[in-house]
Amino acid sequence: MKSLVRLARDYTGRPSIITEVPRFARHAGGARVFLKREDLNHSGSHKINNVLGQALLTKRIGKKRVIAETGAGQHGVATATAAALMDLDCVIYMGEEDTERQALNVARMRLLGAEVIPVATGTRTLRDAINEAFRDWVANVDTTNYVFGTAAGPHPFPAMVRDFQRVISVESREQMLALGGLPDAVLACVGGGSNAIGSFDAYLDDADVRLIGCEAAGDGVETGRHAATLTGGRPGILHGSMSYILQDEEGQTQPSHSISAGLDYPGVGPEHTWLASIGRAEYWPVTDAEAMEAFRLLTRTEGILPAIESSHALAGAIRLGREPGSRGDAAGHAVWPRR
Amino acid sequence: MSAITARIDVAKAEGRAVLVGYLPVGYPTVETSLEAMRVLVEAGCDIVEVGPPYSDPLLDGPVIQHAAATALEHGVRVDDAFRAVNVVAEAGAVAVIMSYANLMLSRGWERFADDLVAAGGAGVITPDLTPDAAPEWIAAARERDVDTIFLSAPSTTRERMKLTADASRGFVYATSLMGVTGERASVGDAAADVVRRTREAGAERVCVGLGVSTGVQAAQVAQYADGVIVGSAFVKALGDGETWRRCAPRSRNSPRASGVRRDPGLDP
Ligand SMILES: Cc1ncc(COP(=O)(O)O)c(C=O)c1O
Repeated sequence: MKSLVRLARDYTGRPSIITEVPRFARHAGGARVFLKREDLNHSGSHKINNVLGQALLTKRIGKKRVIAETGAGQHGVATATAAALMDLDCVIYMGEEDTERQALNVARMRLLGAEVIPVATGTRTLRDAINEAFRDWVANVDTTNYVFGTAAGPHPFPAMVRDFQRVISVESREQMLALGGLPDAVLACVGGGSNAIGSFDAYLDDADVRLIGCEAAGDGVETGRHAATLTGGRPGILHGSMSYILQDEEGQTQPSHSISAGLDYPGVGPEHTWLASIGRAEYWPVTDAEAMEAFRLLTRTEGILPAIESSHALAGAIRLGREPGSRGDAAGHAVWPRR
Repeated sequence: MSAITARIDVAKAEGRAVLVGYLPVGYPTVETSLEAMRVLVEAGCDIVEVGPPYSDPLLDGPVIQHAAATALEHGVRVDDAFRAVNVVAEAGAVAVIMSYANLMLSRGWERFADDLVAAGGAGVITPDLTPDAAPEWIAAARERDVDTIFLSAPSTTRERMKLTADASRGFVYATSLMGVTGERASVGDAAADVVRRTREAGAERVCVGLGVSTGVQAAQVAQYADGVIVGSAFVKALGDGETWRRCAPRSRNSPRASGVRRDPGLDP
């Protein structure tokens, strides 16, 4: 734990700052909007928080090789970064389609010394990369640790990844209090749900703070071409946990669609299903078009280039700010732009 | 006594292990897969595992992945697996289903068990369901006398071996190695050890699967296990229509389960 705290400070650069974005907020009904800047972490996203924890565990249990899946490539880059730092062999599985749309991150991983294996089966995206990583892990478990990238998958990943990402909300809660009070709402995008669960966790007991997860609605949930699992899915078992999944009536996983590789996953972490079922968190579908519009807005009004994943949460912020009856004061937004 | 344990015990009395054959339903087509299952029975398989194809076959290697993807592209349904169970049972072998858990959950644990019984099946092998996560399935299966077959592996701890042995009926499926389905050059030393540890945990009947593809390997495994499970090798033979056509008529005449009588003659 001490090593992790030290690495978070001296390597990742934590705590990450909060940036208020007033010019952007004008498009959000005048609400105050704050960004928790996980994009400023070393390696460019929140993924490093989880990876450093799991890499330290890998060293502790004496394994020499790590594997990981990646969608957008951010988790792959973070894992390759930690592997270089801690002298571990590293193999990253990435859907072939994602290696094409996120080619820059493939190059970064290779520069960091990782082997990137494009996965050509199934939908050639994140879900298939996870399948292939599991197949590797089951064959090489003696030497290899699987550094899972999101708060889904088999036990203990959902809880472990949440605990490593919790730092986001622990920090942001304190920072918001110092800025004058708790936010009305916390928004985060939801792929598997690691940045979202990390952004929500410390606020769970703050009943007045709305927790809003923004799912990728692709072309629109009604078109069937989307990745909005909690909106358009139903309970099932995928990748070792029971949660909501996009599936047909027989239980076959359905392909997901999103402009954002990191959210293009037909499952979601089980804790989000739980939070939705007890009404503690809301999950909003955000289309490709809405996310791209929010991306453009933040870039042009604030000079911050967000990740397309995080842009889904920005779009949610715009929608929330414009809600009739919205109080229009402090809305704390956990948002992870990427450089 | 279940049909599975009865069949294993008869084989044991004959001084041999049972031969268990796996085929995914719907590969290359539903009708051909049903015919192939009939051939397996005639060629001496005591038990046939019917695999409904699943979209995310995490524990399968390339051969079975390809078969499942092909079957799904052709629109194969879980109902086709129950048809296959019926074909196997009618042909005189014991039929079990090997299914990923979500297909069962989606149909409903109870309805899945009901449909299996109606089709004449005896049990279900659940590769991605652990006993501690399966109370609903176990309850549904017990009520209907459906055998629950769980997996043990080289990495399974003593405590979990016991859990697996206690929750399994019919037999325990011991994986010969850490890995996914597919042919291997040889069956490793780990296999005998897993069988021994599974028995120590209380399992009376243990069959070995993963990576057994030749008559020689089957004969080796039959020395220490109650059954030998062959999957990818059959699937591959089926995919390659030539091999299948050549071997099918010959298998029909081959002595029952010759391969598991330590006679390496099973090979096509
Ligand atoms: C910046 C960013 N945000 C979010 C995600 C989605 O993952 P999760 O839902 O686990 O936070 C990714 C995944 O690649 C990402 O790169």
